[in-house]
Amino acid sequence: MKSAIIIFPGTNRERDMAIALERASGQRPAMLWHRDSALPAGLDLVVLPGGFSYGDYLRCGAMAAQSPIMAAVRDFAARGGHVLGVCNGFQMLCEAGLLPGALLKNASLRFLAQDCALRVERADTVFTRGFRQGAVFRATMAHGDGNYFCDAETLARLEGERLVALRYADANLNGSINAIAGVVSPNLRVMGLMPHPENSVDPLVGGTDGLPMFTGLAEAFATV
Amino acid sequence: MKVRVTVMPKAGVLDPQGKAIAQALAGLGFEGVAEVRAGKVLMLDLAETNPAAARAAGEAMARRLLANTVIESFTVELA
Repeated sequence: MKSAIIIFPGTNRERDMAIALERASGQRPAMLWHRDSALPAGLDLVVLPGGFSYGDYLRCGAMAAQSPIMAAVRDFAARGGHVLGVCNGFQMLCEAGLLPGALLKNASLRFLAQDCALRVERADTVFTRGFRQGAVFRATMAHGDGNYFCDAETLARLEGERLVALRYADANLNGSINAIAGVVSPNLRVMGLMPHPENSVDPLVGGTDGLPMFTGLAEAFATV
Repeated sequence: MKVRVTVMPKAGVLDPQGKAIAQALAGLGFEGVAEVRAGKVLMLDLAETNPAAARAAGEAMARRLLANTVIESFTVELA
């Protein structure tokens, strides 16, 4: 699997993401700076990791979505490339218009730094194929603005076309509409989610509940 | 020319900040505050000297970056 992680000023989860991708695939991802204007050739996957790009100025992910590299990411997605956005990366994908909706401040106004349970609503994407359909796994949340919102029409389309990939399984702590934790694009190749599966890939550090996301990706893009 | 862009959470979009402020006002003894909505104001100092063009530029900037029209509405005024 040939992957690349994009780093913005204020990104802080790129190393965890790199460890997760390398652990699953055996291949080290390329690390790209937001001012780069091109992606390496032959990429299978681009990852927008978590953090607080540009100090969350204006809106979370709004400034990053206008970065030079994002034009290349948009092109990559338009050509059918796979893009994963986690936490701040999910916010960027929404701000960039690659996924519908937006992430509002948590309904409680509290920053949430704790585990949550996620239910796999569809396991037929490259991002979720490592899980069983309907499986529930634990993941860490670390966000102040994870309250997924979209208008009624968009929500009906997301649910009707089964584009909700992950849902909060027990408590919906951030107040997301329909307890949505992760969504996919209609071609199933762009996915964003608020919790951090890359936190949970090592039995010595918090368990391996998140590992199937990365082993699934590695299998999907294994070079035979 | 100076242009003022006011960005507000759309009607129907949960505004937990506004809610918290309303509760704080009630706690301070200010009665009769039915609702508070919290938005932001951006003051743009533009080189443009034509009022209509300045307003149009402000609107283009609001649509592209200053507001997220999924969750926010905006107004543009000459200031």
